[in-house]
Amino acid sequence: MSVNKKLTVSASPHVRSPHTATGIMLDVIIALIPALIAAVVIFGTQVLLVTLVCVGSAVLSEYLSRKVMKRHQTIGDLSAVVTGLLLAFNLPVSIPLWIAALGSIIAIVVVKQMFGGIGQNFVNPALAARIILLVSFPSKMTDWTPVGLTTATPLASLKSGEVISAELPTMVDMLLGKHGGCLGEVCSIALIIGGIYLIIRKVISPAIPLSYIGTVAVFMLIAGKGSFEFTAYQLLSGGLLIGAIFMATDYTTSPVSFKGKIIFGIGCGLITAAIRVFGGYPEGVSFSIIIMNILVPHIERLTTAKPFGTPKKDKKAEKAAKKAEKEAAKV
Amino acid sequence: MADKKPLVKEFTKGLIAENPVLRLVLGTCPTLAVSTSVMGALGMGAAASIVLICSNIVISALRKIIPGKVRIPAYIVIIASFVTIVQMLVKAFVPEIDESLGVYLPLIVVNCIILGRAEAFAGKNSVIASAFDGMGMGVGFTAALLAMAFIRELIGTGAINGTQIFPADFSMLIFILPPGGFFVFGMLIAVANKLAEKKGKPKAELHGCESCPMAASCSLINSGESCDVKEATVK
Repeated sequence: MSVNKKLTVSASPHVRSPHTATGIMLDVIIALIPALIAAVVIFGTQVLLVTLVCVGSAVLSEYLSRKVMKRHQTIGDLSAVVTGLLLAFNLPVSIPLWIAALGSIIAIVVVKQMFGGIGQNFVNPALAARIILLVSFPSKMTDWTPVGLTTATPLASLKSGEVISAELPTMVDMLLGKHGGCLGEVCSIALIIGGIYLIIRKVISPAIPLSYIGTVAVFMLIAGKGSFEFTAYQLLSGGLLIGAIFMATDYTTSPVSFKGKIIFGIGCGLITAAIRVFGGYPEGVSFSIIIMNILVPHIERLTTAKPFGTPKKDKKAEKAAKKAEKEAAKV
Repeated sequence: MADKKPLVKEFTKGLIAENPVLRLVLGTCPTLAVSTSVMGALGMGAAASIVLICSNIVISALRKIIPGKVRIPAYIVIIASFVTIVQMLVKAFVPEIDESLGVYLPLIVVNCIILGRAEAFAGKNSVIASAFDGMGMGVGFTAALLAMAFIRELIGTGAINGTQIFPADFSMLIFILPPGGFFVFGMLIAVANKLAEKKGKPKAELHGCESCPMAASCSLINSGESCDVKEATVK
C-alpha cells in the first residue's frame, strides 16, 4: 500500500523540461533590465513612462482580446509584457504616449491575437507594430531632438556623409549609449550583457545573433573598403544589437534547427546591410527581421532533420510515382 | 434556368452574398488602387457599374450569335467599346475624376468583374436578368469601394473629401499606402463573410464548372467529379 501511494499514474510525457513559457519570458525581461536602466540614465525618467504605457496597454489589450475571443487567459505567461517592453525599446523617447499605446494595441491585437495568440504569430509583434508606426508617423518616430545629444543618429549621419566625420560620437559613447536613437537600442554594453545572460541561461542559442551580426560585419567591411572604424560604428549603432539578440531570436518566428538558424541570421544580416548601404532608410533591422520571419516556414522545410534510419530519397522513383499518379488522374 | 428566378434576387445577390469584391474577390487591383479617396472610389464605382450594366445587356442579347470559341475576344471588344465611351464622357464632363483615376479608368476593360459576369452570367441568361445582375454587381462593387475608401481616407488623412474630421496629426499614413489597403480589404472580407453567413448563405464559392474558364478543355466536366475532389486526392 505504501508503495502504491508514492506512484502517480499519469499519461506521457513523463520527463518534463523545467523550462516554461513564463520562466523564459521572465528571463527575457531580466535580460532587458540593464538596457532599461541605461535608457533611464541616458534619456531621463520619461523612459519609464513610455515603457509603462507600452507594457500596460500590451497586457490590457491581451487580456481584453482573449476575453472577447472567449479563449483562456494567457497574460500570466508574461509574453505581453515582453512585447510591450520590446516595443517601448523601439520607440524614441519623445514619442507621444498615445502612439506608444496604439503600437502596443497593434502588436497584441492585430499581429498576435488575431493569428491565435502566443506561438501562432507569423512575425514578431513588437517589430511589426514598430514598422506600422514608423510608416504611419514618420516624423514622430524619427524625432531624436529632445535628447540634446546629437540631432541625427550615427547611422543617419553615416548615411548622409558616407565618411566618418567629427560629428559622430566617440567609440566609448557608442558603447555606453550617449547618442541619438530609440530607447533601448543605444546602450550597446547593456544589450550585450542581456544577451550573454540569455545565452548562459540557454534561453537563446547564439547561432542567430552571431550569424546575423557577423554577416553585417563582413558586408560593412566590404562596403567600408576595409575600414574597421566604419564597421564598428555600423555594428554598434541602430537597432542591430537589440534586433539580433532579442527580436530575431523570438521562438515563434525563427527556425528550429541549427542550420535554419544560421540561414535565418545570414539572411537578416544581408537584408539589414543592403538596406543600410543601398536603401532609402538609414536603418533596416526591423524590416530585415520581418522579411526573414515571413520566410521561416520555407527555411524550416529546407532544413528539417531527417529521422535517423530513414532511407535516402530516391528521386527517380519519386518522379516515376508522380508521373503515374498524374496519368491515373487523367484517366 | 436562372431566368425563372425573381429579378430582385438577381439584384440583391450582388450586394453581400455574392459581392464581387468582398465575396468573389474579383477586381482587386482597381479596388486597392483607387480606394484611397472617397471621390475616386465613387467615380470608379460609377464608371465600372455603367460599363458592367451595358456590357451585360449587349452580351446577353448577342449570346446566341457569338460563337463559343471566340466569345472572350468578342466580350472584350464589347466591353472595350463601352469603356471608351465612358472614358470620353468622363474626360469631357468630369475631368477631375479622370485625373484622379488615371490609368485605372481605361483598365476597366480588363476588370475581372465585368468579364467574369459576362462569362458566368450574361452569356447564359436573358437580357433583363443580365441587366439586373449587372446593376446588383455594380452597386456591390461601388459599395465595397466606398466602404474601403471611407475607412482609408478617414484614418489615413483625418479628412473626408477635403473636410477635416479630426486633426491630421492623429492620422495614420499607412492606411493610404498599399499595406493599409490590404489590411482594410482583409477586414472587410471578414465582415462580409460574417454578414453573409448570418443569413445562412454558404461560404463564398464559384459556380461550379460552368463559370470556369478551363471548362471547354477540362476532362472532368462530364465525369461528374468536381475539381475540389481531384485536389483532395492529390494532396
